[in-house]
Amino acid sequence: MPNTKHSRFVATAVAVTLGATTLAACGSSDEDGEAQSGPAKLTYWTWTPGMDKVVDLWNKGPGKEQQITVTVKKQASGDTLVTKILTAHKAGKGPDLVQAEYQALPTLVSNDAVADIAGESGDAKSKFADGVWQQTTLGTDAVYAIPQDIGPMMFYYREDLFKKYGLTVPTTWDEFAETARALKKEAPDIDLTTFSANDSGLFAGLAQQAGARWWTTEGEKWKVGIDDAATQKVADFWGGLVEEGAIDNQPMYTPAWNKALNTGKQIAWVSAVWAPGTLTTAAPDTQGKWRMAPLPQWSKSDNVTGSWGGSSTAVTTDSKHKAAAAKFAAWLNTDEEAVAALAKEGGIYPASTSAQLGGAFSEPPAFFSNQADFYTEAASIAKTTAPSAWGPNVNVAYTSFKDAFGKAAKDKSDFGAALKTMQDATVADLEKQGFGVAE
Amino acid sequence: MSSLAVDKVDPAVGAAPGAAQGPPLRRRVALVPTLTLLLGAVYCLLPVAWVVIAATKSGSELFSTFTFLPGTGFTENLSDLNAYREGIYWQWMGNSALYAGLGALLSTAVSAISGYALAIYRFRGRETVFNVLMAGVLMPPVILAIPQYLLLAKVDLADTYWSVLLPLILSPYGVYLSRIYAAAAVPGDVVEAGRMDGAGEWRIFTRVALPMMVPGLVTVFLFQFVAVWNNFLLPYIMLSDDEKFPITLGLFTLLEQGANTPALYTLVITGALLAVIPLIALFLVIQRFWSLDLLSGAVKS
Repeated sequence: MPNTKHSRFVATAVAVTLGATTLAACGSSDEDGEAQSGPAKLTYWTWTPGMDKVVDLWNKGPGKEQQITVTVKKQASGDTLVTKILTAHKAGKGPDLVQAEYQALPTLVSNDAVADIAGESGDAKSKFADGVWQQTTLGTDAVYAIPQDIGPMMFYYREDLFKKYGLTVPTTWDEFAETARALKKEAPDIDLTTFSANDSGLFAGLAQQAGARWWTTEGEKWKVGIDDAATQKVADFWGGLVEEGAIDNQPMYTPAWNKALNTGKQIAWVSAVWAPGTLTTAAPDTQGKWRMAPLPQWSKSDNVTGSWGGSSTAVTTDSKHKAAAAKFAAWLNTDEEAVAALAKEGGIYPASTSAQLGGAFSEPPAFFSNQADFYTEAASIAKTTAPSAWGPNVNVAYTSFKDAFGKAAKDKSDFGAALKTMQDATVADLEKQGFGVAE
Repeated sequence: MSSLAVDKVDPAVGAAPGAAQGPPLRRRVALVPTLTLLLGAVYCLLPVAWVVIAATKSGSELFSTFTFLPGTGFTENLSDLNAYREGIYWQWMGNSALYAGLGALLSTAVSAISGYALAIYRFRGRETVFNVLMAGVLMPPVILAIPQYLLLAKVDLADTYWSVLLPLILSPYGVYLSRIYAAAAVPGDVVEAGRMDGAGEWRIFTRVALPMMVPGLVTVFLFQFVAVWNNFLLPYIMLSDDEKFPITLGLFTLLEQGANTPALYTLVITGALLAVIPLIALFLVIQRFWSLDLLSGAVKS
């Protein structure tokens, strides 16, 4: 995810000060918010561009009938928003609805910031793939959010340059490594791709594909499996490639990275379904030269992918109109007209399975006009998304990833040790927060 | 603010060779200081130049052409920025002007009156009050943002214009500066003379002391204005309605649009460039008040 330095600083600053004031913030509990529908004015914190236009559809249509008016308050995305939601929740002034990335949900749930809407979400479950829905229930009977968009991971490559250097599209990670080496032999200045220590979400997605489950529960305790066999396999694989110099070790989402993509110095990208949007601005001169393929697999017989990004709509515990808010959240993410508008105005890739093949996705993205079946392919890849397992301190694990792997990638040193650091930091933080941690 | 540094460094660079004009000193050009200052000037000006040039580049030129090669997209960037969500950028600009202008004005007024009182009157607890203020100077405002939010949320002022303005009004640093300045610029004799002539305390303050304090207050005003204009965390915590956002927050939402939407770099860069212009203008206009020597003629020493 494009997560800039300053946003991380803000997150840290907010987190530090928030920690210092938790004690000062007791009290203020208006628990009389009887969950009822009817005349209601709701506020909705979201970062999706054009959401106000989608919400207008609601306010003029179903919302008007049910006297539920929603106001959009556009926010900046990222960890900073989670902290802002938690701060508002401490003051009891949270909005009614919030957009939340899947990996942020456990944090919000463990802080009692988002409400269980299992009773009000109706038949929404049937509209989503199981692996997607499971992320909003956290494996319980509760429903903490309605899925909005997803980011199934895919492999993007420069078709023209693959031909030029005589490369074939890798279907397994072994072939991927061979491709990287073959390219180095053919053109030492060119890299297949880079390992970005800035993008924790990418690494988490790759681990997820390999079968890792970073956070699981054992009775009343959390079990952290970051340093498990599956993740070790992923870390060693990428660490090996970086160490032998087969791929680059510079972070993504920098001007230098944009330039490398635009000038063909990097000719492939392990990314997700939203990559066309990023490539449009990062590498504008390469329009029509890319192709998308399924992510390479760990063994020939596998067919799974991870996810990178994606978010959901949650109802807060501060809301005085939870039922009304849940109704809106369900409409927003399952109604055909609403999801089509979300795709058009917000550029999202919908979590709703029927919408993935809807009218908005009959044409490939403009940047991939050469690949007519882009979205059909994407929808079938999305079905293979492995389940994910998030915990209440993903942000700590992510920060630790950036520090430990950033250093390891720069020094081309052992990724296994970096993974151990990440595991230890995550466990230590859970214990510090007062969660029980199983060995 | 780099504009501050730019104003200061530039003449200094020009002055160094100028000082060596006299014939006997001809060979005595202070090479090391000159180079250091030149380096400082480059260090301060380069990012500014980057922003200016990057703002002229269209989206496709931004990361692909040579960094300091001007692009062709400036007018397009401007009209894109103007069109973005029906010109909300100008709303942000107006909000910033309100927060910074009104906030700095109120804070200067409070600083002036309390600084004057602390400097002129002797009362019990004066030093304690001043020491507490000094502790306030050392306290980074960032730490206070969240407690302030929780307090203002209690009185239902969160997400209002007041939620950003109120915490800004009392600036420990402003009071401190005003006290120091008042102590130096307003002689006790003048205040005494005013009393002899039968003027009330308020009249002495507004008619006699305040004009003497103007250069100091201008400094306080400018400091506060720039601090508020660049402030990020306080409005970030306080405001959720983006129609009330100042420019810093607004540009941040353009950068962080979620994973599937690329950051609007061209808009942010153009917006950042435009956001500096009011600051530069303010400095150019207000600068001259600094050099006023109001003290002359008040008391002969």
